[in-house]
Amino acid sequence: MRVIYLSAGGVILSGEILMTENGLFQIILYFITLMLLAKPLGVYMAMVYENRPVVINRLLAPLEAGFYHLSGVSPEQDMRWKEYAAALLWFNLFGGLAVFALQMLQAHLPLNPQQLGNVTVDSAFNTAVSFITNTNWQGYSGETTMSYFTQMLGLNVQNFVSAATGMAVLVAMIRGFQRTHADGIGNFWADLTRGILYILLPLSFLIAVALVGQGVVQTFKPYQSVPLVEQVSSVTEKTTQTLALGPAASQIAIKQLGTNGGGFFNANSAHPYENPTPLSNFLEMLLLVLIPAALCHTFGTMVGDTRQGWAILSAMTLVLISLVFVTVAAEQVGNPALTALGAQQSVSIDQAGGNMEGKDIRFGIVNSALWATATTAASNGSVNAMHDSFTPLGGLVPMWLIQLGEVIFGGVGSGLYGMLVFVLIAVFVAGLMIGRTPEYLGKKIEAFEIKMAALIILIPAFFILGGTALAIMVEAGKTAVANPGAHGFSEILYAFSSAAGNNGSAFAGLSANAPFYNIALGIVMLFGRYGIIIPVLAIAGSLAAKKTVPTTLGTLPTHTPLFVMLLIGTVLLVGALTFVPALALGPVVEHLMMTSAKI
Amino acid sequence: MTTHIKPALLMLLIFTLLTGIVYPLAVTFSAQLLFPSQANGSLLGTKEQPLGSELIGQAFSSPEYFWGRPSATSPVPYNGGASSGSNQGPTNPALIASVKARIKALRDVNPSQLEAVPVDLVTASASGLDPHISPAAAKYQISRVAIVRHLSPNSVSDLVDRYTEGRQWRILGEPRVNVLELNLALDQHLK
Repeated sequence: MRVIYLSAGGVILSGEILMTENGLFQIILYFITLMLLAKPLGVYMAMVYENRPVVINRLLAPLEAGFYHLSGVSPEQDMRWKEYAAALLWFNLFGGLAVFALQMLQAHLPLNPQQLGNVTVDSAFNTAVSFITNTNWQGYSGETTMSYFTQMLGLNVQNFVSAATGMAVLVAMIRGFQRTHADGIGNFWADLTRGILYILLPLSFLIAVALVGQGVVQTFKPYQSVPLVEQVSSVTEKTTQTLALGPAASQIAIKQLGTNGGGFFNANSAHPYENPTPLSNFLEMLLLVLIPAALCHTFGTMVGDTRQGWAILSAMTLVLISLVFVTVAAEQVGNPALTALGAQQSVSIDQAGGNMEGKDIRFGIVNSALWATATTAASNGSVNAMHDSFTPLGGLVPMWLIQLGEVIFGGVGSGLYGMLVFVLIAVFVAGLMIGRTPEYLGKKIEAFEIKMAALIILIPAFFILGGTALAIMVEAGKTAVANPGAHGFSEILYAFSSAAGNNGSAFAGLSANAPFYNIALGIVMLFGRYGIIIPVLAIAGSLAAKKTVPTTLGTLPTHTPLFVMLLIGTVLLVGALTFVPALALGPVVEHLMMTSAKI
Repeated sequence: MTTHIKPALLMLLIFTLLTGIVYPLAVTFSAQLLFPSQANGSLLGTKEQPLGSELIGQAFSSPEYFWGRPSATSPVPYNGGASSGSNQGPTNPALIASVKARIKALRDVNPSQLEAVPVDLVTASASGLDPHISPAAAKYQISRVAIVRHLSPNSVSDLVDRYTEGRQWRILGEPRVNVLELNLALDQHLK
């Protein structure tokens, strides 16, 4: 077999096999497929949000009109940014209360074949917040905690509406660039309804059925009992195995598509009933970043300059591809301590080799590492391998991608509105360097926008670092760690990063389903979501009210390779300066310990 | 600001009905119609007497069976009702101790096997339910199974080959051997 030798920033010893030819091919295939699908979907979404006629909205238009009629809203009525925010917050508040109530009452509700009890108050609070904020951090374990009823009417509903909420905020922000001397930024109810009805729901239906074809379960039957082949095991007295089932596919489709990430089962997309084959894995992995990538084209189309969308998509893609290679290489090299014990970690035609702790065979190294990088670049957070068991550098990449602010693809809507904030910062920095008033898409970027942008960058950083500091000072924070030493610190840092970035993945050894973490992370998730959405809408409102200035020779072009580099530099520099000290105490120390075998 | 309360409640109700009831029911109906076996767990055997699931591994610890991945589910390994990985970090002494014990257990049941152990055979899977091992891990166990079952290594090797799956569409994922199906076939072979 031919293998490929790569250098990953000089951190890997030269001469080790870092990737197979097939592995490289799978990665290339992934990115090509993603790029091919992103463009048409992006253009389609622009048509949906601009309410231009397409086949599906002709078919479902009566349904849409009926929804507005029933809830007494007029979709044409423009909202000022504060109204838009108020509508969004009320809707999310009631959504959270509904999820909370369903968990507190599930023992008395139908569709609970396993007769699962009510959820504890702190866990129910955490989960309700987690699902309305599109985080889908899961302190609970799906198959032993949530009834089918709670999963469907609580969690699954929020998978749709929280994703549509993020997309709505993005569209409102784009209108800020489109409009001149305007008071309003669109109608929240119309944006929400169109996002669900014409984008998320039809795609989810097709994906869910396709996933069942690969083996994802979709049934209302109780858990299945089957006999064990090896009847009397030396370990257990049991003679049967219980197989958890449920209406999983319908939930998995949207949790992948809507950058939600909350697994139907505890092991998330590592569970064979959630992600049974390499093909289901490829599909689910595409969905991690599909809508975030497509929204770049939606943006380009809506502002009438597709090059602007391409520039942002290029910046995101370049960062993601570079980091994929670091993760794959780190995981392929494996754990030197296991080689010393007599384990064979080298790749061959008969095995993927590498660091296989916390990974399933059908995915091996490449698909586990690619997924981990993509799910944290996007703020999806579903996993097909256990990030807690990754090598220190393999685990550093996902954690850092979250800390960058979830702007490398990021969540549906939230990724791009976050990235557009970084664009404003980059334009501002460039403006300072060349001594001109910064402009973006004809809008002057002034003190108010930059103040809001600074808030958007500082809020998550404050809650990640402050939360981690608090957790390592209190007993309840420290006793929850599963792994000793530097890795235990990484578990805490990852948890707060994941909550603030609304990602939802975890170094899952951390016993987070206890009052301290349930409450602390719940609060961080709320600030990580609404602490960003409100200033973003404020920026949208401010931009919409401005006039559009004509492009001149002195205007900084924002679609050039130079600007792409400036944007990447801004994102990476802010991320590095803010988090490198904390990362040094966790994964970096552990990497040095592992490679010098001081364990 | 309070004018949005009523639409917020009604919209939530509408979308709860649409995405929480109508949508999962529509998917279930289509799934049960198009892919009834997969939708209900890809069970092996007959409907009346299922023999396990093609997709969910089982625990094996006797030398006459091929062993699967170590499983970190509790209270028993391969607990299909509570999936979980170990979440042990690479420098955790508990991980090192577990791997050491697993290598020793494999060596104890077949002292003549001196090769380094394929890593997937001594590391816990992500789901705790991984139905597969690598072809290398299967080959590693052929001589043991053949000796214990008084079969020729070639016939066991043929069986392993038959239950080895390549990459999907020759490209995706990794080659793998389904342990439960292989062991069921071994038991059939004896009869």
